[in-house]
Amino acid sequence: MKPTPTTCSPKIHQPQTTSTRTVSRGRTQSEIEEEWLARSAGIQVERLFKDEATEEKGERARMASFVGAMAIADLVKTTLGPKGMDKILQSTGRGHSVTVTNDGATILKSLHIDNPAAKVLIDISKVQDDEVGDGTTSVVVLAGELLREAEKLVATKIHPMTIISGYRMAADCARSALLERVMDNKEDAEKFRSDLMKIAMTTLSSKILSQDKEHFATLAVDAVMRLKVSSSLYFGSTNLESIQIIKKAGGSLKDSFLDEGFILDKKIGLGQPKRIENANILVANTAMDTDKVKIYGARVRVDSMAKVAQIEGAEKEKMREKVQKIIGHGINCFVNRQLIYNFPEELFADAGILAIEHADFDGIERLALVTGGEIASTFDNPESVKLGHCKLIEEIMIGEDKLIHFSGVEMGQACTIVLRGASFHVLDEAERSLHDALCVLSQTVNDSRVLLGGGWPEMVMAKAVDELARKTPGKKSHAIDAFSRALLAIPTTIADNAGLDSAELIAQLRAEHHKENSNAGIDVITGSVGDMGELGISEAFKVKQAVLLSATEAAEMILRVDEIITCAPRRREDRM
Amino acid sequence: MALAFDEYGRPFIILREQESKSRLRGLDAQKSNIAAGVAVSRILRTSLGPKGMDKMLQSPDGDITITNDGATILEQMDVDNQIGKLMVELSRSQDYEIGDGTTGVVVMAGALLEQAERLLERGIHPIRVAEGFEISSRIAVDHLEQISHKFDFSATNIEPLVQTCMTTLSSKIVNRCKRSLAEIAVKGVMAVADLERKDVNLDLIKVEGKVGGKLEDTELIYGIIVDKDMSHPQMPKQIEDAKIAILTCPFEPPKPKTKHKVDIDTVEKFQTLREQERKYFDDMVQRCKDVGATLVICQWGFDDEANHLLMHRNLPAVRWVGGVELELIAIATGGRIVPRFQELTPEKLGKAGLVREKAFGTTKDRMLYIEHCANSRAVTVFIRGGNKMMIEETKRSIHDALCVARNLIRNNSIVYGGGAAEISCSIAYAIRAFADALDSVPMALAENSGLQPIETLSAVKAQQIKEKNPCCGIDCNDAGTNDMREQNVFETLIGKQQQILLATQVVKMILKIDDVISPSEY
Repeated sequence: MKPTPTTCSPKIHQPQTTSTRTVSRGRTQSEIEEEWLARSAGIQVERLFKDEATEEKGERARMASFVGAMAIADLVKTTLGPKGMDKILQSTGRGHSVTVTNDGATILKSLHIDNPAAKVLIDISKVQDDEVGDGTTSVVVLAGELLREAEKLVATKIHPMTIISGYRMAADCARSALLERVMDNKEDAEKFRSDLMKIAMTTLSSKILSQDKEHFATLAVDAVMRLKVSSSLYFGSTNLESIQIIKKAGGSLKDSFLDEGFILDKKIGLGQPKRIENANILVANTAMDTDKVKIYGARVRVDSMAKVAQIEGAEKEKMREKVQKIIGHGINCFVNRQLIYNFPEELFADAGILAIEHADFDGIERLALVTGGEIASTFDNPESVKLGHCKLIEEIMIGEDKLIHFSGVEMGQACTIVLRGASFHVLDEAERSLHDALCVLSQTVNDSRVLLGGGWPEMVMAKAVDELARKTPGKKSHAIDAFSRALLAIPTTIADNAGLDSAELIAQLRAEHHKENSNAGIDVITGSVGDMGELGISEAFKVKQAVLLSATEAAEMILRVDEIITCAPRRREDRM
Repeated sequence: MALAFDEYGRPFIILREQESKSRLRGLDAQKSNIAAGVAVSRILRTSLGPKGMDKMLQSPDGDITITNDGATILEQMDVDNQIGKLMVELSRSQDYEIGDGTTGVVVMAGALLEQAERLLERGIHPIRVAEGFEISSRIAVDHLEQISHKFDFSATNIEPLVQTCMTTLSSKIVNRCKRSLAEIAVKGVMAVADLERKDVNLDLIKVEGKVGGKLEDTELIYGIIVDKDMSHPQMPKQIEDAKIAILTCPFEPPKPKTKHKVDIDTVEKFQTLREQERKYFDDMVQRCKDVGATLVICQWGFDDEANHLLMHRNLPAVRWVGGVELELIAIATGGRIVPRFQELTPEKLGKAGLVREKAFGTTKDRMLYIEHCANSRAVTVFIRGGNKMMIEETKRSIHDALCVARNLIRNNSIVYGGGAAEISCSIAYAIRAFADALDSVPMALAENSGLQPIETLSAVKAQQIKEKNPCCGIDCNDAGTNDMREQNVFETLIGKQQQILLATQVVKMILKIDDVISPSEY
């Protein structure tokens, strides 16, 4: 799933040019100063920068970053929440491939952005994706709102540094407010599982999978729980590699299933058994085409055709020996990462061994993990090589494709999720959604603190921050106040996206939260305020914390800037 | 343009393609140069001090840097003007020499240039101005020496060092957790410092960053972190009491440097060669095993077969480790870098208490921690943060703090920060223009902190004179006191001295230029 460069509406590309022109019609202080300086020096300052390098100062610079950041936030805003809309991204590359998604990180990754502040936002969304997997949209929206509020404060002549220190206090306060209300059901396995289910459903409900969210939530939780049981060996593994996702077009999303075993998307060689019980598997990474002599500088120099034939014979002999050695391990299945040529394949078929070629690297690693074997490259000591085992290998059909299915494997850690769906776009999006859910779940397994969802955490934070604002003397309190308004923007957006009367709902929510320990949040389905605890809408604490901290950090960074210097773009040859 | 003529009235060609060049001479040249220098310093002026702002720089490839480190800003600024480039050099040399105060030095130079211009307008010869500055800079440096304080610290009492590092960090974006970062920097420096010789080799401190987590998670690791993972996915992820073989030869068949050919012309030769090859791999691994290594760290790659053999013999290995890291590992673990398998002996192995692989986030990122090393003289500062720009900026800030700590170990004299030192110097003597230029630093500080610059400065000045107390400075943090001793705002003496000397030198150089010939625009 490589991000392809995609274009988007032209408006985003260079918001600073259009906006600054309108905003700074009246000359700014710095411009006047500069002119004065130039005049007093008697001579115009010769150009300081290289051609095409530009410099934005003071108000203008700040405006450019505010506008850019807000444009990005507004762009992804409509995808937030269970009723959020999707975006179509069309690649400019060959084929103009199309992606349909509502995953914030995916959308932002594919944009070509020229605005520096916008790039900061894209970066935080990317980091959020790598670090916790979910909340990629929220973090951008929150940062955008923080900057929008900051812009208003700057307009009322409050110094950015004051705003920053206010934001910092507010973020600390919000975080401790969340910490006070977290729930931790780590001890109770039953409850913990239901927590995980809730989190998975909440995450999935904003995605394309929302129709079958229960089904997929079960899939995801099952997969992650398997990981957890076996990965207790080394602390807190969030190794999602052993969960394999295979996408096959056809059928409906509901037909997707979790397979306890392992499925390899490969075909079985000709003339080899299609079904093996109690298989001993050798997983290898070795050349099975022509085994070259690796000593540097070796080459074959002969003086007659007969010699060529001899050497060829020796080569064949060598391969045959190698195959014999492999067979000597007492195996009945051989999986190689590299190609297996016809000749050795034939040998394997003769010995009644199932040989699978060209399994990609991930496949090999997973297979080794699942079957408990080791990845071998030399075959001289058959007694000490660990072989993999499984109860049954068979060829199965999913849709029209034949796949190889390993069941009854030794280690329960790995599993395969087979996704079915009507089109590739649906499958791609389903995979992204499932990936988000898996990431969040695996993070929750590590850090089992859980919060309620549906705008509840934002309301809790906003309430605490509001109280802090009232207690704080000085200009900072304006900034703290602004922080709480920015927090409220998230439930507002969720409600707006669902076509609800956000002003009314948020006011109701606020009133609800005025009571101690309220569980109220937005129930998007009925369009009213509901008890999130009863509705079973939960979110992971780690995700919310990451959203809060990185959004604040990003806003702070952008606010601190008072000058933007853009170097001349490097000239590229036009390859088109 | 002045021209010389020979006896026939033909002009001598002095400059090639004279017409297409623009030329500035005399006072005009100086003024234009000064204007350029001042323009550069004005860009940096707003970044000075704890309330200074950041600059956002976009490189030719579109990457973003957000920083308020003077040297970094100037380096990336794409300056085309010759005098501008001089200023860039100026801050760079401060960076190399001292590591901190890169913004201050440029602001100082800019102020000196502004003053010089005023003097030039009154008809004072540039050389006289330059000499005057030279003399006054010497006086200033001496005065700094007088007002400086020695302070005592030892391996157990690092508090003064931490305080000074905090002054440096407070002007950066990381000031949210300056205390912990300052402690990290000081502990790091103390761990590698050679207190006898009063020297610190900063190469022994590695600064690594990884996006994700939060700034508070930044930690100091008494060991090395390598951004690599085990070569085979099934190797153990944790090794205790590791004996490390550090190799710079690949686990591959040998490649002699001399050009050669191995000709295969008979079947027997083919087979012996094959046998040789197999044996070679076996030997390599066996040799490592024989000397008792439990971990192999290699600068080069492994052949698949070698990789499996290593795994098979239960010998974990790391491949493609960079040269610098390799050296650090060797220093930290007390091992020797071995260039050939034949030279591997048990004494040359490095020792580490714990080697472990740690995974981050939801992606496949893994890093290798080598801890509890035999020789703890190499440390790593591992930075976490919300985004890439944050990590980069934190790296720069930590670098500054490390430099400050090192300077203090070299010379434990300090002067008081917050502009106090500059104000004290400016009171001390009478070369007016230079004194005014010195005042510009506290002025900028006050301006950036939203205080009334002139009022604040004169108040502080009056206080210094009245109380004969060179510790009064600008109160940037609204702490309610002007006494920098109480606020614990320190700067290193050598840093300050260097600033004044470097700034004066550059200004002298600029003033001495009286002719600028440049190709005019085409």
